[in-house]
Amino acid sequence: MMFVAATIAVIISILLGLIRAFLGPTIYDRVLAGNMIGTLTVILISVHGFLTERPEFLDIALVYALINFIGTIAILKYFRFKDLGHAGTDHSANEQENM
Amino acid sequence: MDLILDILSWFFILLGSAFVLIGAIGVLRLPEVFTRSHAAGMVDTFGTGLILLGLMFQAGGFNLIVVKLIMIGFFLFFTSPVACHALVRAAIVDGAKPMLKEGVVLEGEYKDTPKDEGDKPS
Amino acid sequence: MASSISLWVFLFAFWFLLSGHTEPLLLGFGAFSCTIVVYIAHRMDVIDHEGHPSHLSFKIIPYWAWLCWEIVKANIDVAKVIISPKLPISPVMFKTKASQSRELGQVIYANSITLTPGTIAVDLENGVLEIHALTVEGAKGVLTGDMDRRVCKVKGEMEGHDE
Repeated sequence: MMFVAATIAVIISILLGLIRAFLGPTIYDRVLAGNMIGTLTVILISVHGFLTERPEFLDIALVYALINFIGTIAILKYFRFKDLGHAGTDHSANEQENM
Repeated sequence: MDLILDILSWFFILLGSAFVLIGAIGVLRLPEVFTRSHAAGMVDTFGTGLILLGLMFQAGGFNLIVVKLIMIGFFLFFTSPVACHALVRAAIVDGAKPMLKEGVVLEGEYKDTPKDEGDKPS
Repeated sequence: MASSISLWVFLFAFWFLLSGHTEPLLLGFGAFSCTIVVYIAHRMDVIDHEGHPSHLSFKIIPYWAWLCWEIVKANIDVAKVIISPKLPISPVMFKTKASQSRELGQVIYANSITLTPGTIAVDLENGVLEIHALTVEGAKGVLTGDMDRRVCKVKGEMEGHDE
């Protein structure tokens, strides 16, 4: 029963995050909402494992936590350099331009 | 004994769910990306931490399930600030200007103009 | 070489915790895959001093406990701000000096600040942190320097362990 309550709360939060991802004026609002939805998905998978009494789901949650982190960093890097293979060495140079 | 564990689980899971909901409302309500990331950080640290803590009491003793839950908590604990920092940093480098409250003077603030060449600590 | 072996032991312990199998054949497969990972990491030249935190002393655990309590307090403050109808935010951006001498301590300090809701470390350069805070109260909390001193203490012990 408590797992059902947690599941409902997490699903409502994911819906609120989706609304922000649709509304978000800048790309960073959308990435932020996506990151939050990923974190909540980790929780949702864990709670679902307890709800159906199959703790193997925790392995999937663990992998999802890692993929979520790497995915967020990769998306941010892509929008920063427009290229995933970029070495990212012009970091200080770009910063000088911005100042 | 089971009753105590159940009550603890209920308490932590409901509190965690409440904080997850408040964080999601904050992401929807706050005005721009910098303030929203504070709310997202709340979901990442406290909401998930409390729900995982509540689940640990339902694992039935200290076993592999508890170890995996602790591992999930550790990963979120270490990756969330990095992702948050990367996001805010990317927004700043992209030229987004944070909305700031005017005329706030803070004591003990480190005063140094960013264009200063010799960045010497006082 | 020593760090390679400790990485292998760490990986194998991790593999064992995740799988939970004790059959000799599966344990052999696990050891084999750990060896491959260590070999690839060695070829990539990513095994170095900071790659695995074996030099972190156990003195960091009381700091984590204190940090968790700080996170609880900061969370309650931010939650109050979010659910109050008038939304009393007063975002400020300021700089502060991290008094740790080495980069690891500065990174621990910056990560702790980001982990506490209400304050985010935006930039870290030459030991000067740029921080975005949701409320003026949160900014004042950082500027009291309590966390800075505690990180210094942990890090001083780590350095003593280190050299």
